[in-house]
Amino acid sequence: MTGGTLEIVRPGPLTTVQDNGRPGLARLGVSPSGACDRPAYQLANRLVGNTPNVAALEVTLGGLVARFSRSCWVAVTGAPAPVVSAGRACAPYGPVFVPAGGELKIGVPAAGLRSYLAVRGGIAVPPVLGSRSTDTLTGIGPAPLQAGQILPIGDATAGPVAPIDLVPLAPLPQEPVIEIQPLRRPGWFADNALDALRDSYRVSPDTNRIGMRLQGNVIERAREDELPSEGHVAGTVQVPPSGQPVIFLADHPVTGGYPVLGIVRARSLPLLAQARPGQRLRLRVT
Amino acid sequence: MSLRVLPYGERALLIEVADHHEALALYDDIRREPPAGMVDLVSAAASVLVVLDDEESAAAAAPTLRSRSIPPVDRGVGALVEVPARYDGADLDEVAATLGMSVEEVVRRHETTEYVVAFVGFAPGFAYLTGLDPALHMPRRDVPRTRVPTGSIAIAGEYTAVYPRESPGGWRLLGHTTLEMWDLDREPPALLQPGMRVRFRRVTP
Repeated sequence: MTGGTLEIVRPGPLTTVQDNGRPGLARLGVSPSGACDRPAYQLANRLVGNTPNVAALEVTLGGLVARFSRSCWVAVTGAPAPVVSAGRACAPYGPVFVPAGGELKIGVPAAGLRSYLAVRGGIAVPPVLGSRSTDTLTGIGPAPLQAGQILPIGDATAGPVAPIDLVPLAPLPQEPVIEIQPLRRPGWFADNALDALRDSYRVSPDTNRIGMRLQGNVIERAREDELPSEGHVAGTVQVPPSGQPVIFLADHPVTGGYPVLGIVRARSLPLLAQARPGQRLRLRVT
Repeated sequence: MSLRVLPYGERALLIEVADHHEALALYDDIRREPPAGMVDLVSAAASVLVVLDDEESAAAAAPTLRSRSIPPVDRGVGALVEVPARYDGADLDEVAATLGMSVEEVVRRHETTEYVVAFVGFAPGFAYLTGLDPALHMPRRDVPRTRVPTGSIAIAGEYTAVYPRESPGGWRLLGHTTLEMWDLDREPPALLQPGMRVRFRRVTP
């Protein structure tokens, strides 16, 4: 079945459209963007039989209510949030049926920050520069969703809805360990700089899709000047003069000029995307 | 001489070079002959970042990139873009006073130079133009503006640039242009890309 829409009744604190983003456009000054917790986003699409890279919704701290014009299969992954379809509580991490005219509610997750709602067929808003992702840094792509907005449902399916009830997943750790590969460039940090990582860091409230600020021990720099601007990736750990690290996420600027301590390993990026403001995490150089 | 290639996380390689001339020459060279699995390439002030699709591609690309050399720096071969400029910027008088020259002198030095796009960053279509007359090198403003209008022509350090759209910014404003630096309906949307040459042409109100 094709066509149909979903209406955003309530968007919650921040809900954006996301897919695998728009990598490859650094020469235009465009960030890669895309779903922050990429494996969770991809799992949601697989659960409803979507083609890879079909757009889904990234729901920050829950609170989303959406009404479907026709019956539809959906799946919610990422931060484990209570899911209610037309008044019935459903398990997250599995295909969920929403009847025509039914409301889907995603509550506040017990842990984690970002849940992903995939709709069978995908969210069919027009792509911008090859992606439907909202880039919160540059404003490219659809704006964050607002109440009353109506989104078209597409027909980008690759197979049937997954014939399972739910996917077993390990719970999110209370104090995740984020592994960092050091950038071996001598001269920018004090010899004992890594000692600062012996204690955990607190995720600052000043944290978004662009980057995460951490509060904790000061990472001692060996010099106070800035680097010549250089390219960055999601996971770059920068240390500004305050010594409090900043880790870039999906909507990071293409270049930056603070010294780089290291880069978060790929397997830790999803944990980082799920770390809430106020939560503690550990940085470990591996 | 082999290139200095640093593993930059699991999926990227940072190549450090002397300056933006070398970065641009290397950037062009890698764009023409990319390593297998390259997903992005970022030219910057004194480095080129090669982003690959996975750890295996990065491991394979490192030795081949290391064995490359920086091609001869070839200046003035990129396409030339002429930017009509009205020198009416909010900081023009202050820049002239700080540098101890007349406004006319500041404008003359800015508009008689041919610039080269070293890299694009900060915002989509925001091109860092190199070649600024050293007499005009000034640090950013101590307090950045919360709102710099679209099309503002500005200077900071060794660079000049045009703000592609309204944004906060700490550069010193010399004037403005009506030329669209960023237009999503154009292919590519960014008017200026690394290696292009730029001249400002003074227009009078």
